[in-house]
Amino acid sequence: MTSLAQLSLFEQAIIVFAALALFSSFVMLAQTRVLPLIYAFAWQGVLLALVTALVAYVSGHPHLYISAALTLALKVFLIPWLLHRLAMQLRIHLEAERIVHPSLLLLAGGGLVIFSYYIALPIVQRSGLATRNTIAVSIAIVLIGMLVMIARKKAVAQVVGFMSIENGLFFAAVVSTYGMPLIVELGVAFDVLVAAILFGVFFFHMRESFDTLDVDQLTRLSEAREPEAPHEASGAAPAGPAR
Amino acid sequence: MDNQLIAWLLAAAQTALFVGAAPLLAGWTKRVKCHMQNRAAPAVWQPYRDLAKLFRKELVIAENASWLFRATPYVVFSAMLLAAAAIPLVAVDLPTGAIADVIVLVGFFALARFFTALAGMDIGTAFGGMGASREMTIAALAEPAMLMAVFTLSMTAASTNLSAAMGYVLDTGLVLRPSFLFALLGIAMVAVAETGRIPVDNPATHLELTMIHEAMVLEYSGRHLALIEWAGQIKLMIYAVLVVNIFWPWGIAREFTMEALGLGVAAAAAKLMLAMVILVVWETVLAKMRIFRVPEFLGFAFVLSLLGMLTHVVLETGG
Repeated sequence: MTSLAQLSLFEQAIIVFAALALFSSFVMLAQTRVLPLIYAFAWQGVLLALVTALVAYVSGHPHLYISAALTLALKVFLIPWLLHRLAMQLRIHLEAERIVHPSLLLLAGGGLVIFSYYIALPIVQRSGLATRNTIAVSIAIVLIGMLVMIARKKAVAQVVGFMSIENGLFFAAVVSTYGMPLIVELGVAFDVLVAAILFGVFFFHMRESFDTLDVDQLTRLSEAREPEAPHEASGAAPAGPAR
Repeated sequence: MDNQLIAWLLAAAQTALFVGAAPLLAGWTKRVKCHMQNRAAPAVWQPYRDLAKLFRKELVIAENASWLFRATPYVVFSAMLLAAAAIPLVAVDLPTGAIADVIVLVGFFALARFFTALAGMDIGTAFGGMGASREMTIAALAEPAMLMAVFTLSMTAASTNLSAAMGYVLDTGLVLRPSFLFALLGIAMVAVAETGRIPVDNPATHLELTMIHEAMVLEYSGRHLALIEWAGQIKLMIYAVLVVNIFWPWGIAREFTMEALGLGVAAAAAKLMLAMVILVVWETVLAKMRIFRVPEFLGFAFVLSLLGMLTHVVLETGG
């Protein structure tokens, strides 16, 4: 059993940044506006890059610096910029989504953290790495990303949730095995980039066919029999019509 | 034996300093705030003058007021006095620190709040009842967040005693603890709500629709009002001291020598002044929120405190 005070300052910094990354997941869970949501995602990328660079420094794995640089370039600048541009083009940057029970959602996030602590416990007990405690945090980031995708109705929030799942997986790889082979990481990074671009195309299609980015509206099969769907510019759109 | 006596004298002196300096801290806060908002600032002694004026003034009490209304200012003031006595301001390990731990401290606040709310309803005016109901709504949400943050600290220090917790932080030196970071943010948000500062309540106005704490004490006058205002200033100082001395205890006196105590006073003054500047900046950049958004604000504070607890268990205890 090692206490926090026995770790070096850099290892303590890794743990603090990991905790802040978890906090940014909670911010994404609670943030209803589009632009701050994208910024929260970018901040999580910053924290992830910092943790990766610190792990690289502490463990002496120079290839992790490349991963950190890749994270910084893709998840802090390129993807948030793409999403930001999309939000501006679709004119959804001022919209706010209504979350039905915000406090309940946050408490569910807390429950997920406890659950991931529970499932990470056997791994933590067998691992000898200084960063082993953060494995639970990375699993929690994955699960909270899924919760964002489940709880949110707007497509942008779902994409951010998806990206933060990927953040959590990358984070898990960094702290549990000091990163994946570089070729895998490059592949995943470009997959995510392609996904971001595809999502953009998908947003435009969705907007053209349904006139909204509310994914609940995707249950509509034909437009003929349905009552007038609420226009998304009204902001807090009620749940979709009868399915 | 002699040492014991000195310790008790020091504890009494520290409590007197705490209670005596509370209006000064309020005056400093107001002055910095006025400067920040480009207004002419009153002297830092202004709260003392106000209190002295109120103490001299005649009491006006409603005809239907019961003993409860008359007793409340004294109950509130004594609760704050006892709470102030239990908090290490200048030196740790004083005998009064053993009287109460943090949970009792939260209990003192609850006692004072309970009596203020009763007194607000006692007179039977509409504002008193409205203020009491709002205050209790906020308190019911703020208290769990406060306790959760406090539990985070006590789990780290393995003690609910404030002196012991500060001693633990001093002994371990500079350790970056994410749980402390979250607990600090949680406590700061609760403190803002509990002391009626800006995003939750505005201490400077008597606007019917928005006031919370002021609505309850609207009927008080003379020395009763002076005691309640003084108690409010002590409460602000208690929260400020809690935040600065738990999270940055450096400078606090650990042995009872003149140099250590002098350093303790200087460090406490400097830390408190800085904390108030931060509070004022926060109050200046934020606007008061609608009262129905306060539960969201406090829910966020609770989640922060909960996250502090979780990160302590998950990240800091080791496998």
